Amino acid sequence: MTQRKTLSHLDWLEAEAIHIMREVAGQCANPVLLFSGGKDSICMLRIAEKAFRPGKFPFPLMHIDTGHNYQEVVAFRDKRAAELGERLIVRSVEDSMKRGTVVLKHEGESRNKHQSVTLLEAIEEFGFDACIGGARRDEEKARAKERIMSFRDEFGQWDPKNQRPELWNLYNARSHKGENIRAFPISNWTEMDVWQYIEREKLELPSIYFAHTRPVVIRQGAIVPVNVPLVSGELTNLPKAGEQIIDKLVRFRTVGDISCTAPVESDADTVEKIVVETATTTITERGATRLDDQTSEASMEQRKKEGYF
Amino acid sequence: MTAHQVEDHGLLRFLTCGSVDDGKSTLIGRLLFDTKTILADTLNAIEKTSQKRGLGAVDLSLLTDGLQAEREQGITIDVAYRYFSTGTRKYIIADAPGHEQYTRNMVTAASTANLAIILIDARKGVLTQTRRHSKLASLVGIPHLVVAINKMDLVDYSQETYEKIKADYLEFAAKVGIDDVRFIPLSALNGDMIVERGEALNWYEGPTLMEILEAVPAAHTERAEKFRFPVQYVCRPQDSANPELHDYRGFMGRVESGSIKVGDAVTVLPNGLQSTVKAVQLGGVDIGEASTEQSVTLLLADEIDTSRGDMIVKTEEAPAAVKEIRATVCWLAEAPLDRARTYLIRHTTRDSKAKLTGIDHRLDVNTLEHVAADKLAMNDIAEVSFKLAQPLFVDPYAENRATGAFIVIDESSNNTVGAGMIL
Repeated sequence: MTQRKTLSHLDWLEAEAIHIMREVAGQCANPVLLFSGGKDSICMLRIAEKAFRPGKFPFPLMHIDTGHNYQEVVAFRDKRAAELGERLIVRSVEDSMKRGTVVLKHEGESRNKHQSVTLLEAIEEFGFDACIGGARRDEEKARAKERIMSFRDEFGQWDPKNQRPELWNLYNARSHKGENIRAFPISNWTEMDVWQYIEREKLELPSIYFAHTRPVVIRQGAIVPVNVPLVSGELTNLPKAGEQIIDKLVRFRTVGDISCTAPVESDADTVEKIVVETATTTITERGATRLDDQTSEASMEQRKKEGYF
Repeated sequence: MTAHQVEDHGLLRFLTCGSVDDGKSTLIGRLLFDTKTILADTLNAIEKTSQKRGLGAVDLSLLTDGLQAEREQGITIDVAYRYFSTGTRKYIIADAPGHEQYTRNMVTAASTANLAIILIDARKGVLTQTRRHSKLASLVGIPHLVVAINKMDLVDYSQETYEKIKADYLEFAAKVGIDDVRFIPLSALNGDMIVERGEALNWYEGPTLMEILEAVPAAHTERAEKFRFPVQYVCRPQDSANPELHDYRGFMGRVESGSIKVGDAVTVLPNGLQSTVKAVQLGGVDIGEASTEQSVTLLLADEIDTSRGDMIVKTEEAPAAVKEIRATVCWLAEAPLDRARTYLIRHTTRDSKAKLTGIDHRLDVNTLEHVAADKLAMNDIAEVSFKLAQPLFVDPYAENRATGAFIVIDESSNNTVGAGMIL
């Protein structure tokens, strides 16, 4: 009789995520992995390497770019895809705006939720039948009930009342033409697991995850970065009249569209220090940093119904 | 392993069974709160809601409050997953709603759990739903049951009440063949015997709920199981610039049970060809061996035509290849099982068309009696037989959860409509 070994929690989570990615590759004809350059999707790339090397990934990478992304993150995104030798597709919300399929309510409106439109357009353009994403169930309560393989109809809509039961590790990623599966290999990871994994795997991250000094204003209690240079060199998030700009030592816990991600005060400038800080923080990841989830209690649920990740 | 993480006892998935009335949400809230998983902004939000509703203390059950769609209809739709960690072990709670569609949700939540907490309201004792939850937990093969007798504060922390409920439960458990069961008195509301012992239950000398969770083996079974490796995907990087990879043929999958190492003699099913393991890899790197729940890539010494849906096993312990199965099936869909239709059965990574050939009997989940049945509706559980178009490589569910389980798919909607456990 052989003695059974217990996998460490990170090994277990990694093995589960590899299994899920391989199920997508085995069951779906034309999947894509969404890669933003953020920490969760950086973990996903390491999992894909473990799942498929020495082969190529059986899917391209894709980023839905709002045009309002931190230049450090965009540069990192391109560098990482090149290092891996994998194909990166970028589709832009600004192109959807030019086509007239995205119409902003006003110039300054956050483009974050409009990513759904561009994502659905890209799904149609390439005929993707599955999108692999880095969403986690601990992020938000609409995500706590999300399946690992989540079914979306022709309009990309998530119907919480009509999801497929998901038992054991027998995933059902079948779909008819035009429908879509969203697959979430790191569903069962928490923010802490992600940082521990980054530490263990020595993963490189965009610099804005680490403590740095940047100009900010305090707006309704939140730290809002201002005068942020875009890839084009143009500045965005300009301060409003009367706001006082201060230089603060901050880092980002989540990274997304500039208009809706706020940094936290921190002097953690290494992954080790961030792991310690994550263990002792008193504010949730999205509570601290995602301005888009504070709009209303159900805003994530609403966005998911409209085709958001 | 990092410096501030001295030990790692792995990951335990557990399920909580009970309704809101039993204090299930309060128990989960208490576990999250006492393990400091709840952060200040979340706590502020539920403090505000508690005040709005005129409650004196913070209502921890609000932590598991659901979706807008659920609040609007006043129902809980679905299984929710929640997470906490004690520093040495990570936990995933499957929180199944207590009311309608209970069987379907509970079977779903139980399918990945290794421990179930069955909540009993100390004022009410063993109820029909207690028996139903216990039977389902044992049917789905959860190895560890904890019967938590809650609301002890409302029965003056009476040891007599606790002992009476324990005796009632043991009598029932003996009848249905549940043997590994532990009992614990607690007050989720006051936090007694969850993480802290409290002062009120000094007559109870056993471990706290958290001590039980920390000590239970994380693996599904302690038994040495037979090696089962369903092939998920085949890696052939022929177009690579590296000529060494030209003949590379990696069989990718997860070790569902048992273990494997370089040099082991294996058989590939269904073709029955034999070979030996040349390499065990993770991410293209040799790791030499692998055991249950590890996702790896196997390379064999001989060139054998293998694809997704095949299974690699050790030559001396091959499973049965069957074209007929008897199974306990839980029906999950609103449309009843249709005898005339052909369904798809998904077992490990293999699919086969299947047709119902007979219903032996249905289980009445309330009386736990076998009753005659000629159809299966949503939430029904029955012993049935299917005939299969393709052979499946199966073990009885009681011996091997991974190779004994299957799902039934309706090909017209692609929906998952049934869950089966092979007898």
